[in-house]
Amino acid sequence: MIEFQGVTLGYAGRELLSDVTMKLPAGSFHFLTGPSGSGKTSLIKLCYGEMTPGAGRVEVFGQDLGQLGRNATAQMRRRIGIVHQDCQFLDHLPLAENVALPLHVAGHEADDTSLEELLAWVGLSGQAGALPPALSGGERQRAALARAVITSPDLILADEPTGNVDWEMSLKLLRLLTELNRMGKTVLVATHDMNLIRAAKPQVQARVLRIQGQKLQLAGADL
Amino acid sequence: MKHRLARLRLRINHGLALLTGNPRADRVVPPSGHTAMLTSLTAGAMAFLAVFALALSLATGRLAERWSGALAKSATVRISAPAEQIDRQTSKVLEVLETTPGIEFARALTEDEIRALLEPWLGPDLPVDSLPLPQLVEITEADQGFDADGLRLRLQAEAPGAVLDDHVRWRMPLISSANRIRSLGLFSLILIGGATAAMITLATQAALAANGQVIRTLRLVGAEDSYIARAFVRRFTLRALIGALVGAAFGTLAVALMPAAAEEGAFLTGLGFSGSQWAWPLAIPVMAAIVAFVATRMAAFRTLRTVR
Ligand SMILES: Nc1ncnc2c1ncn2[C@@H]1O[C@H](COP(=O)(O)OP(=O)(O)OP(=O)(O)O)[C@@H](O)[C@H]1O
Ligand SMILES: [Mg+2]
Repeated sequence: MIEFQGVTLGYAGRELLSDVTMKLPAGSFHFLTGPSGSGKTSLIKLCYGEMTPGAGRVEVFGQDLGQLGRNATAQMRRRIGIVHQDCQFLDHLPLAENVALPLHVAGHEADDTSLEELLAWVGLSGQAGALPPALSGGERQRAALARAVITSPDLILADEPTGNVDWEMSLKLLRLLTELNRMGKTVLVATHDMNLIRAAKPQVQARVLRIQGQKLQLAGADL
Repeated sequence: MKHRLARLRLRINHGLALLTGNPRADRVVPPSGHTAMLTSLTAGAMAFLAVFALALSLATGRLAERWSGALAKSATVRISAPAEQIDRQTSKVLEVLETTPGIEFARALTEDEIRALLEPWLGPDLPVDSLPLPQLVEITEADQGFDADGLRLRLQAEAPGAVLDDHVRWRMPLISSANRIRSLGLFSLILIGGATAAMITLATQAALAANGQVIRTLRLVGAEDSYIARAFVRRFTLRALIGALVGAAFGTLAVALMPAAAEEGAFLTGLGFSGSQWAWPLAIPVMAAIVAFVATRMAAFRTLRTVR
């Protein structure tokens, strides 16, 4: 589903990832962890083409992202549910429209009842009409997760989806992700919350990837 | 062929969708408030100026046509000679003219006619008999025209006092300056179009820059460039269209309120439209909309390329 071959990435002289090779099979569930600033967000951005590697290649759905044109990149992203670390909403549109946005840009209409269900699932039923800037950090994160899953994408990339929410809500969001994984979706969650990773253990067969010293290690033993 | 037709139909549908609009695609870009007014205002001012440039071009075009049309068909031979020779030279001249190809008709003016011609300058009580008036011969040219230089040589040989005036001497500078003004008018129209395109491009770029977050978010959820561009393109096209409609309407009104053209179409009072030319200003808002459409689209796609 996602394949890195000899991927190198750096900003202005500072290397974040060097010669990273990995393969996430379809239907798998991975956590991505590592110290703050180690490059988790950057690695996720590589997976949907917001960043391009300095060397090596990134393949998603069997397509080399370096070869995709702009429209093909857009089409590819419609198959990925992305939770951006800074959420990123259209601040002038109410929450419900923001959550339904991936459907609209793909030319589909949102089904009102499933939209309501989804908002209820992330605990935002009451806020459907609120503008994103008027929401708390945790509410925004939940909304971002709802937006990421509304198209029922094959691949879910979530960057710190539980960074700002209480433990109970974290577990609830984790539950949503593991349910989706059970339905066959591939999931990659960046987090530095070890408790969350531990809590996932009974629900799903998850593996843990750790960025350390510009390398990606499979830290299955951490579970 | 079929393929091309289908593409054309798609284009037309796109164009219609631009007018009817996709409310949702429009809403993804936040409203821009007073800067929108500035775009319309500039488009309106440009359209107002364009009406005048257009009127100038059309009026000078008419003028040049009238001068080259009416005057080209006539010429005059003036015979100044001692009184005892004048009749002989006149009949020689008429003989020469009759055998010159390209001259349809030649006639010596009568004394009364000459007097009438001079009256405005010299007054009615002109003692014609005591003045050595020149004889005038009026020539009507055939369609193919005549060889003025050849005729001059022959006239010189036959009647030394005869001078051919084919009006070229004073007609040519007038026609060429009319044509020059006309070119300037057309050039002004091109400049106005270019300035409008530049203004719309700048406004679009400012709008795109102000909406970086919107663009990044839309790209994140899989929007294609055309989806994002549409909201901007539609907005700026409509603003330019509405602004230019108002501007062109005021411009046309201003031209219509100019004093009516004098009998002979004196140059300044002749500035305006005639007959079906009144429909021309309608083309200005349409052109403004097309210019805005193309400029916004190009600016949008260029800017969007910088966002992954
Ligand atoms: N656009 C950028 N330009 C320059 N440097 C950047 C840019 N984006 C990230 N970096 C740097 O790259 C490093 C890794 O950033 P990244 O956001 O990937 O880390 P992270 O592992 O997600 O951290 P966190 O856990 O705090 O979210 C940081 O040191 C950051 O300063
Ligand atoms: Mg991060």
